[in-house]
Amino acid sequence: MKRPPKHAPARIASTADLRSFQRMMAAAVVRPLDANDNLQSRWIDGRPMGEVAAEFIKPNDRLTSFERLELYNRMYWYRLFDAIRDDCPGLLAALGEAAFGRLAQAYLAKRPSRSFTLRNLCSRLEAFIREHPRLSAPRTALAAEIARFEWAQTVAFDGESRPVVAAASLAKTSPARLRLGLQPYVTLLALRYPVDAYVVSVKRRDAMRSEASNTPDSNIVHRRAARRSRLPRPSRTFVAVHRLDNRLYYKRLEPEAFRILGALARGATLARAVAAGGRGATPAKVKGWFTTWMALGWFCARGNKRRARAS
Amino acid sequence: MPANRFNGHCDYGIGIGLRVPHYSHILSKKPVVDWFEIISENFMVEGGRPLELLDRILEQYRVVQHGVSMYFGSADKPDRTHLRRLRDLARRTKTPWLSDHLCWGSVDGTYTHDLLPMPYTFAAARRTAEKIRQVRDFVEVPICVENVSSYAEFHASEMTEWEFLSEVVELADCGILLDVNNIYVSSKNHSFDPYEYLNNIPHHRVGQMHVAGHTKFEKYILDTHDHPVLDPVWKLYAHATRMCGVSATLLEWDDKIPSFDEVHNEALKANEFIDGAKKAAV
Repeated sequence: MKRPPKHAPARIASTADLRSFQRMMAAAVVRPLDANDNLQSRWIDGRPMGEVAAEFIKPNDRLTSFERLELYNRMYWYRLFDAIRDDCPGLLAALGEAAFGRLAQAYLAKRPSRSFTLRNLCSRLEAFIREHPRLSAPRTALAAEIARFEWAQTVAFDGESRPVVAAASLAKTSPARLRLGLQPYVTLLALRYPVDAYVVSVKRRDAMRSEASNTPDSNIVHRRAARRSRLPRPSRTFVAVHRLDNRLYYKRLEPEAFRILGALARGATLARAVAAGGRGATPAKVKGWFTTWMALGWFCARGNKRRARAS
Repeated sequence: MPANRFNGHCDYGIGIGLRVPHYSHILSKKPVVDWFEIISENFMVEGGRPLELLDRILEQYRVVQHGVSMYFGSADKPDRTHLRRLRDLARRTKTPWLSDHLCWGSVDGTYTHDLLPMPYTFAAARRTAEKIRQVRDFVEVPICVENVSSYAEFHASEMTEWEFLSEVVELADCGILLDVNNIYVSSKNHSFDPYEYLNNIPHHRVGQMHVAGHTKFEKYILDTHDHPVLDPVWKLYAHATRMCGVSATLLEWDDKIPSFDEVHNEALKANEFIDGAKKAAV
């Protein structure tokens, strides 16, 4: 969003005036709340916020201009915080409420939504965490991997699905020339931490908490559920986040299998991809992997979107 | 108006919003419902469970699309990706009309994800009407614009909200999704007479109505959609029905959502007022 004008236009007589007015109001609405969840008392140029709000918002007999603007300011932040919390339960659990809140506020302030849908709100979170390591220190590497994993879940949930390549059609092309695409909803992740198991444990814990609120012996269940999920220790993990019959799944991969899929995703021929698997990719293993991947419907015709999928 | 060019000449009855907590009930029990309203953005995706579920609903029910982020009142041009996805979804659902709000919420491509009130000026009305026409021409489905509830008014405004609504829909030649609860909420927040609002809009353009619950606070009312409809809103609805005719009506219940039957029964209360309006018309 471009910098707001110094003053909101007194008259709106053109689209340019309307845009100027909307820049002013939007800048005020998305401005971070203060420590007490109130509209900040000063505007970006140092003037009292009440004075700035009164320039374009009318007061009424119950609320000042400042208070009317504050309603929108709070609703913006509460709505977007809720959306991030819903999408990132693992990140919230790993960082804790306070650090997660600081990270979410900084992220939304520096990377406000650029999409018409809240579905895409966390698409840039992993990159933001890496660019601003202090916000998640000392767990930056773990936090970034969890954010990446949780975004992959969103992609797997409702990402594009393309026609599956039939096994019979593969046999017609030489492996030296055959190139396969990976379904757009499949994300390959090479991770330093087993975040798949961690996120599953967090979700299970959250589900128990939710259940506990409706059970008579909730104290026992609640105590168990309230126990914090143990943070994962570093352990090299290769995983594919995907869906089957429209349900989310996380499939652990052997390193060789990951390298083969990654090579295919980058556009390598089948022969080169299998070679990229290395010595551990024995013919028997490769055959078994491809049988599974075909059964899961992971392969489709190649498209441009596939190139950057593996990470 | 029961059926007009703004709602695709459809004489739909009373519907409710399609919401996640009710999915399994709807799919397993197949309750009789006139129609469902879907939030377009929830299904403007490329695959997966949302579209599978939508297709199952479409096999059994009539669906009307309601959007929350087209932002007809934003100075920005319509987002092309958004338009394409909306058109694709409209072709999938065969929605006879689609609706979105008379508001703004984005600027320079940054989205607030809120329904922000417009400054009621002639220039803003012209720009808004132009965008409504652009969207309708692209999606090729009649459009109804919904009045929003609001908590702020602007010095720059040159007319009342109902004059602005009338100006926009006349310039755009589009329909109105008349949200009776929103009129009530705004009337309390801005101290105007909601009946004056209802009496001074182009009634023949109303293609659909919304009713919903709200929450009263000490100094203002919030449009929370988490309660049954309150009596003053039903009274306004009865008046709106007398003024505009019996229109497709939808109950919005989006938070603290109770059972399907409770939501549906609340919506069906509209029948009492519809019957009254029909008798009065005889």
